[in-house]
Parts: sequence; structure tokens; C-alpha cells
Amino acid sequence: MAILNNRLSEEQYAENFSDLHPPYDSITAAQVDANRCLFCYDAPCMKRCPTHIDVPKFIKQIATNNIKGSAHTIFSSNILGAGCSRVCPVEKLCEGSCVYNLLEEEPIPIARLQRYSTEMALEKKWPLFQRKPDTGKKVAVIGAGPAGLSCAHTLSREGIEVSIYEKEKKGGGLMTYGIAAYKVTPRFCEEEVNYILSIGGIQINYEQELGRNLSLADLQRNYDAVFLAFGVGLARQLNIPGEELNGVVDAIHFIYQIRNEGFSPVPVGDNVVVIGLGMTAIDAATQAKRLGAKQVTIVYRRTQNEMPCTEVELDLAKKDGCEIVWLAAPKQIVGNGKVEKLICSVMKPGEPDHSGRRSIIDTGETMELDTDMVIKAAGQVPFESLVGANRLDHEHGKLVINKDHSTNIRSVFAGGDAVNGGKEVVDAVEAGKKGAMAILDFIS
Amino acid sequence: MADLHSNFLGIKSPNPFWLASAPPTDKKYNVLRAFEAGWGGVVWKTLGSQVKNVSSRYSAVDFGGHRVMGFNNIELISDRPLDLNLREIKECIRLFPDRAMVVSLMADNRKKSWHELIKKVEDTGAHGLELNFGCPHGMTERGMGAAVGQDPEIACMVVEWVMEVATIPVITKLTPNVHSVVPTGRSVVKAGSNGLSLINTIQSITGIDLDTLVPNPFVAGKSVFGGYCGPAVKPIALKMLTTIAQDELTSKVPVSGIGGISTWKDAVEFMLLGASNVQICTAAMKHGFRIIEDLCEGMSNWMDEKGFTRTEDFIGKSVEKITHWEDLDINYHHIAKIDQDKCIHCGLCYIACEDTSHQSIHKEYGDPYNKYTVIEGECVGCNLCQLVCPVDKCISMEVHRKSDEYVNWIDWQKKGLPLNDH
Repeated sequence: MAILNNRLSEEQYAENFSDLHPPYDSITAAQVDANRCLFCYDAPCMKRCPTHIDVPKFIKQIATNNIKGSAHTIFSSNILGAGCSRVCPVEKLCEGSCVYNLLEEEPIPIARLQRYSTEMALEKKWPLFQRKPDTGKKVAVIGAGPAGLSCAHTLSREGIEVSIYEKEKKGGGLMTYGIAAYKVTPRFCEEEVNYILSIGGIQINYEQELGRNLSLADLQRNYDAVFLAFGVGLARQLNIPGEELNGVVDAIHFIYQIRNEGFSPVPVGDNVVVIGLGMTAIDAATQAKRLGAKQVTIVYRRTQNEMPCTEVELDLAKKDGCEIVWLAAPKQIVGNGKVEKLICSVMKPGEPDHSGRRSIIDTGETMELDTDMVIKAAGQVPFESLVGANRLDHEHGKLVINKDHSTNIRSVFAGGDAVNGGKEVVDAVEAGKKGAMAILDFIS
Repeated sequence: MADLHSNFLGIKSPNPFWLASAPPTDKKYNVLRAFEAGWGGVVWKTLGSQVKNVSSRYSAVDFGGHRVMGFNNIELISDRPLDLNLREIKECIRLFPDRAMVVSLMADNRKKSWHELIKKVEDTGAHGLELNFGCPHGMTERGMGAAVGQDPEIACMVVEWVMEVATIPVITKLTPNVHSVVPTGRSVVKAGSNGLSLINTIQSITGIDLDTLVPNPFVAGKSVFGGYCGPAVKPIALKMLTTIAQDELTSKVPVSGIGGISTWKDAVEFMLLGASNVQICTAAMKHGFRIIEDLCEGMSNWMDEKGFTRTEDFIGKSVEKITHWEDLDINYHHIAKIDQDKCIHCGLCYIACEDTSHQSIHKEYGDPYNKYTVIEGECVGCNLCQLVCPVDKCISMEVHRKSDEYVNWIDWQKKGLPLNDH
């Protein structure tokens, strides 16, 4: 057993990481599905989209061959509509509420249709939005992820000059660095960011990190308002013995490596264990398998009823051949310098807790899993010391904001994962939009 | 099993489905394929004056992702040599003696031309003649086709010429490009036509290419009005058919129904409104001759369910159900009811009623599914909600008569009863 890179040929990597949901080949193919849409009024799909994209309208526009109009409809609500069409867990959002589900029929493939229109807009570089005349106002945005970009675009449309400060070398945030490569490619993320920036009036300053080479006080002085959208970053520690052993990595770092370096340089074990069952855990497990791991086992301490990922995501992992071990709580990682075994407490379901979620009880029994690589995907923790140092109100590092997205510090607003602790990309887009509207109110 | 055999003016066919005079019936090859597939008969593509056709010839209207909801052609009558057509007609009759062979005719507007043409066609052994007084393009400019059908006097004159020599049944095909088909229908029946067929195609433009700005079909940068047919024209054809079936004189002769028939249901509807048999073209042009199978099986199954043993049992049964508006019962009232178990909360009934009808549907917000209920006191029973609802039997119309008594508009006025209060 060993952790190795370069396990596969270039062709095998390419095949393993090819598009999860291939796009439509032609307008005819898209229109077959578009014409099936009932064009609901006050549509459930629209209500279930955190950004409230007018789904029936954009689908009808595909049916009438008005693809430009369709893209405009999507981007008006969600400027990251292209990325969201690839990464949104639509089975619990728009597609999950499609009225066809109530007829026991396949829902409209909303995401795939959305991808059709938005990618055409990206490809043809349609200038769908025009900036209003310059207002002379300036806003700083911290983080070029979905929340930051969404906020910046909304502000720029209104004639505000926006400076984004991003600690990485590329924009897109978790879209670029934290999502499985078979959902979005680095090239796609770059195109999407460029498309958003093409409206003008937005400047991204890379490798600028709050608390390192950037101070909130300076920003407050130099800008009419500041929007904090730095997300969450640090992987939650397991706090169990053996966590320091070689071969224990965190999922965010693992995915970041794949996204940043490509497939062949990223090492993966023969026998990988992934801890956790959120979307990131799935992305890590499936990609470990696709990089050539012989066996991948996902360990989760609760049951399927409580799992944070969707059924569709779970199926994805199962189809890739990943094993799932339910009711197993990591207790200790064992090894001589490097990982050899994971010992888990065997749990059983208990009574529901105050949130209604069933608690779990340690049965006292343990189980052992042989492994040479442990990927921790037990969630991410917010930047608690950063927000504390800046005297921002927070709850365990999650920024506390008012209804209008303002923080306790004057002219400083916030939104996205930095506030909610880590939700979907589409939630971050909506938070960026709302933050921008609050900022517009504040500075005008 | 119901008996589908049909006898139209003594012309017998194993089922009431004939292929209309059109490209599918313009030569032996197609007609034999149609007979092999099971078609009851054909009306051979119009023979007569010499013509030359152009390219292209057809265009269509698509709707909601479906192709050819309506179909348009600028093709003229047969452009093949007359002798070849006649030889092939004879051959088809010999190979399929049990099928109906009717030949469509459109001679130059001279008595002699008609007489010569009829004699030649009768020599083939054809069972009947159909006079093409309906073709709305190309031939009309030369005083033929619809130009004849649009003028009852000219139509009468030509039919009289025809009847002087014809020894087999004569069917006159009427054009819909008139305010009413009845005057020409009456005129040709008076002149001796044994039967009628309708409708021929409706003058139309199906659409324009939005890149070139040239209407369809495209012929070297230009287009012309074409003849419209296909499913889109069915309701118009049914109305015209009914006026013929309700007229004292024209109702005396058998009618062959034509106009957008695609399914057995369409065919049954034409026959319920007085057609003795039907002719089909566009549906076959879209799907091929194989559609005859379901046409026959569907009609037969429906007849079995309704207890009809022969087509004569139901022909014309719905004619008397079409009345004058003044005779409708004003006390009849029905109200929409939404079955909450079937409702999928699409909101289509609500928005249709709210924006364009009587604001009779109540919306109760839900996340994500709203609840929709009918406000009974506001509902005028227009059917709109039921028509737009995508779920079968989700919205039903429940009868709530205003009173047991039948009262029509005339009586209503006489009694001075109140008008609508909406």
C-alpha cells in the first residue's frame, strides 16, 4: 500500500474527469426538453432557487429560440448562472420542486437547459449588461468567490467602481478551488470570471489577503463601503489521536490540489478512507477513485437519514464504487509514521435532539479499517481569529450581520460562507446580490 | 368487430379512408404502396391541363415543438404525361380490384376538353370522378381550380358539361376560399353532381425566414400564396362540412370529408358531422401510409365501445347538435372544480383566469406549492381553466343550473330577465 501519483494514463484521467452531465449537442435537443416545460405560474422551481431565477421564462425563451434573452433572464438573477448550472444540487432545489415530480414524471432538466443558454453567452461573449454612468462611489470586496463576484457585478451595473481583493491567484473561490473537476473545469471557471468582469468597473487584486497584506481599517478609509466575502477555509479537525500521521489530508486541500495542479501530480492512496458525508466528502471520495485509488470507503457517524449530501450525490459515489460505512465515528488513526488503520466507534441511533435530528450513541464497540490515506471532510471552520482580530461580531467565527447585511462596523457589510458557515454556491450568489443592494442603499 | 366497409355513391372500399388527391396519389408506385398498407381507396392526383412545377413546393407551421401542425403547398396538378397516368390507373385497379379508384380532374375551361378527359379516364375502369374546383394556387390564375369553385355559376356550367358525358359517379370538391361553401355546393348539386367533397386547401402564408425575410416556401428569392392544410385546418373544415350537412339541398348528397384528418378520432368527428367517408393527405405525407392501421383499428374499437356495427350507424349523428346561438339554454350553468389530489400546482389555471377571464380562482401561497381553488360565485363556466390544465381530469366542470327551465335568448328578452352582472 502506498500513496502515489501518476497512477493512470492521460487518456484515463481525461475519461474519469469528463463532464458529469454533458451539455446538449444542439438547439433541437435543448428544445425537446424546453418544450416539455409547462411554463408554470409562480413556479415552484423559481421559489426553490435561492436566487429566484425566472426558470419558466428562461426555458420558454429557449423554446422560442431567444437564447440571448434566456441567458439574460438567468444572469439577471444569478450572474454565476453558468457555474450554478453545473454545481447546484438541483435535486433539492429547482428540479426537486418541478411539478412533474408530482406526476411521478421526470422533472425538467433545468440545470442542463440553464447550462445551454449561459454557456452560449460565455462562448459568444454576449454583452448582456451595461453599466450605468459612473457614480464616483467606490466599494471594496474581500474575496473573488461567488458572493464577492455577485456583489461586485450588481454594484458595477449601478455605476459603482469595485475593487476585489483575492488571496488566491485566480478568481472563482470555491468554484475554482473546492469543487470536483468533473463538475467544473479550471478553464470554465476562468471563462466565467472573465465574463462577469467583462461588464467593466471591477478590478481584481490577486494575492491580497485580509490580515496579511490588507487591513480593514485602510479599506474603510479608502472606500465608501466594504463587502466581506472571504468564505470559510480551514478544514475542521477531528481532534483524535493519529491525526498528525503522514497520509492524513484534508478534503479541501486535496480538491484544491487537483484543481490547481491537474490530475497526474496529485498522489492518492491504494485504500482511501474519507471521513464525512457532505458534498465535499463526495467530491473527495469520487475524485480519489477517479485518480486511481483501488478502494475508497466513506465513513459517516450517522445514518442515511441525516446525511448532508443529496441522494444524487450519494449515488454518484456509489456508482464510482465507493463503499459507505454508516454509524462509524472516527476514534483513532493508527500507524507507524504513516497511516495504517482507522479505528471507529460503532454508533447507534438515539433520541432526536432539540433540532429534531436524531442523536447517536456510542455502543462501546469499535471497528478497524485498513487504510493508507485518510481524507478529512468533516466540514470547514470559519476564520475565527481573523474576524476576532478585526473586532467583527461573530458566532464561532461566523460573521453576525443585520437584516441589511451590515456588520457591527460602519460601512462594512458581509455575506456568503463567511456568514452562513458554508452553504451552496447559489446561496452565496444571492447573499452577494443582497449585500450589494444594501450597500447601494447605504452609499446613495 | 365493427364493419368498416364503406359504400360511397356505389363506390365500395374496405374502409372509409381514402387518400386525397395530392402528391401521395400521383403515380402507381405510391398508390400500390398505399393499397398494400391497407388504404380503402385513393383519389388520383388531378389530371388535366399541362403544367410545370417549381422547386421548392412545401412549407409548414410548427407548434410547441411539434412539426407540421399546418402544411402549405404550391404544387400544381399532375405534371406527368396523361397517357402514363391513365395506364398506371388501370394497372392499379387491376391489381387491387376491391379498392376505390377515383380520379381528380381539372380540364381547361372548355366543354370539349372536359368531355375528352372524362372519356379517357372512364376507359381506365375508374370508379368515380372528383372535380377539382378548389386548388387555390397556380391554376386559379388560368381560370381553373378555385376560380371555378368560387363562382357558383361557372361551377354549375362545368358540372353540367361533365354530367353530359359522365357514366360513373361525380364528386365535386369545394374550395374553402369563399365566405360560405353552401352557394357553390347548392349550385353544383343542382347541376347534377352526385356527391361533394370538402375542403380543399386554404390560401395562406405559413411564415417568413427571418434571416432572408423571404416567406416560405422559397423559390429563387420569392414565394406565393399556397394552399394550407393539415391539423390546423380541421376546425374550419368541420364547420364548413356542417353547413353542407345542414343545408336542405346539399345534405341530400353524400359528402367526402377532407381537412386536417390525422387520427381515427378526427375521422369519426368528420363522419359525425355528415361525411360518409374521409380523405387524408397531410398525415400520410408526414408519417407514411402505415398510419392506416391505427385509423382503422381506432375507429373500429370506438364503434365497438359505442355499439355501432356499421359506419352508417353514426354518420351525421352530431349534425343536429349544432344549433343557432339564440337557441342555447341560458339557464345552463357549470362551474369549474379543481381536484386537489390531482392538482400539480402549476398555476396555469390561475393565471389564465386572473389575467384574461373572470378572476375566479383563488391562490393561497405555499412554499413551494400554491393551492388553487375556484371561487364558485365568480366562475362563469367558460372552460378556460380546464383547457389550459395539463393534468387529465384535474379540473372538471360541474353542472349548477340556474333553473330547471329551458330559456333561450329570445324568451329571455321577452321576459325581461336580468343581464350579466359581471
